[in-house]
Amino acid sequence: MSTEHPYREIVFNGLWQNNPGLVQLLGLCPLMAVTTNLVNGLGLGIATLMTLVTTNLLISLLRPFIREEIRIPAFVLIIASTVTAIELLIHAYFSELYAVLGIFIPLIVTNCIIIGRAEAYAAKNPPKYAWLDGLMMGIGFALVLVSLGAIRELLAHGTLFSQAHLMFGEAARGLSLHLSDDFKGLLLAALPPGAFISLGFLVAGKNYIDQRRAARAQQQALLKPVSDPL
Amino acid sequence: MIFGIKTSPYMHAPQSVGQVMAQVIYALLPGTLALLWFFGWGVVTNLLLSLGFAVLLEALMLKLRERPLLPFLTDYSAVVTGWLLAVALPPYSPWWLILIALMFAMVIGKHLYGGLGYNPFNPAMVGYAAVLVSFPIEMTSWPAPALTSIGALSLNETIQQVFLGGLSTWDGLTQATSLDTIKTHLRLGETVEQISQGAAFGWIGGQAWEWVSVAWLAGGLWLIYRKIISWHIPVALMAALAGMALVFWLINPDHYSSPLFHLMTGASILGAFFIATDPVSASTTPLGKLLYAGGIGCFTYIIRVWGSYPDAIAFAVLIMNMAVPLLDTYTQPRVYGTKGRFGS
Repeated sequence: MSTEHPYREIVFNGLWQNNPGLVQLLGLCPLMAVTTNLVNGLGLGIATLMTLVTTNLLISLLRPFIREEIRIPAFVLIIASTVTAIELLIHAYFSELYAVLGIFIPLIVTNCIIIGRAEAYAAKNPPKYAWLDGLMMGIGFALVLVSLGAIRELLAHGTLFSQAHLMFGEAARGLSLHLSDDFKGLLLAALPPGAFISLGFLVAGKNYIDQRRAARAQQQALLKPVSDPL
Repeated sequence: MIFGIKTSPYMHAPQSVGQVMAQVIYALLPGTLALLWFFGWGVVTNLLLSLGFAVLLEALMLKLRERPLLPFLTDYSAVVTGWLLAVALPPYSPWWLILIALMFAMVIGKHLYGGLGYNPFNPAMVGYAAVLVSFPIEMTSWPAPALTSIGALSLNETIQQVFLGGLSTWDGLTQATSLDTIKTHLRLGETVEQISQGAAFGWIGGQAWEWVSVAWLAGGLWLIYRKIISWHIPVALMAALAGMALVFWLINPDHYSSPLFHLMTGASILGAFFIATDPVSASTTPLGKLLYAGGIGCFTYIIRVWGSYPDAIAFAVLIMNMAVPLLDTYTQPRVYGTKGRFGS
């Protein structure tokens, strides 16, 4: 890291600048398939987040012992064992959520975000940065999963947090929001095309905010009086 | 016989987009009038709402994209899209259904791709497919033709149905279309012959539908006569659809409807002359047009007969729209005096 504030940069990169869901567009398969409602998105987001922190930290720690030529198989082994452990944890404590997320938890192994961060970041940086990178990339991805899940759930069923009890226990049933009984529901939003269209709008929204910020920064740079007029 | 000899200058009067689209609208009139005759006020509300939303959304998107309003609004392309959707949606559609269809058509189908001329998919069919997938109940409740014993809604009832919904007599007025009836009754083990005795059937096509189809055909032939569209797409589409139907009908007429039925029912004729011929999203070379329209005809038959939706023009058009860039690349005609693009 060459900048003055590596931690701040890692946080900004993961959450916004280089967001895995909106900018790198990695892990689209689980992103599209699971986010039919908010709780599913949150569940997969947290599972991916835990995986990312663990694998990034482990790979960064083991990096002196892994020969360059065999690093990819070694990464895959580490990732696969981490995911297996997390899968067993979810199965043990949230078995209903496990039934909903199903195949997508073991499939985190193949999620490009995990191996991407391992190769691009953890293999080149010390553990003190690597775990934070995993955490921030994980949160960034989870935020996209949650917002996509919320948009699609609202459009398709007119509800929010509809299966919250799967994750937070019976007490969370009251969390469920139901808009109105008269709501017809845009079924398309729950289907794969709806996922693609909603993600497209999210990416467009991010780019729009970035452009506005860039334009404003440029305007301010022009307006600023020259402080050192020679 | 006198052969007129024309001397130079050989002038050519190009038509603007607005002039072309205006003629498409004239050609849509006979079919629309036929729909009006058979289905009553619901066609009027569909048309007014659809055109209003289309122009409104077009203006809104042009403003957001910082494009001039007047030249794009007067090319009437939004009006044609709105008109096609209005006649494709079931009459007496609720206002929100029309609004959502138009939003998918104008915003997502057209302007997000860059506006008229850049949209790879037919905007009207994008809107139609989106609402068909989303609201299957509303989209399959076609009213029975008004000239039957059931009768049509009055103007007051129409407005109530369209804007408030939940008209108590509405369910009694709807009737499964002929394509729908065939699909459900074949599963019960009846033959096509028996099914065709049902109320939804006319002479050769669906009841009332055959006449609407004839009216679309008249408008479409006029478009070919005016050279707005070429013959390739309608002919290839109808030939492919009828050809597929003929093969299976000859194999087993108890289970498969006749080719004439397939042509005169549903949106076949409307699709062949007005929807598949969209100059932006259709193929542009002669051979490409034949392949493109042939594909639409085949897919229409396949989805109608073995798919889960009763009619399939919209899906078939969207599927073949995806193939258009490839078709256009590989079917460019050879320029005289050169070797073919892929020739030896």
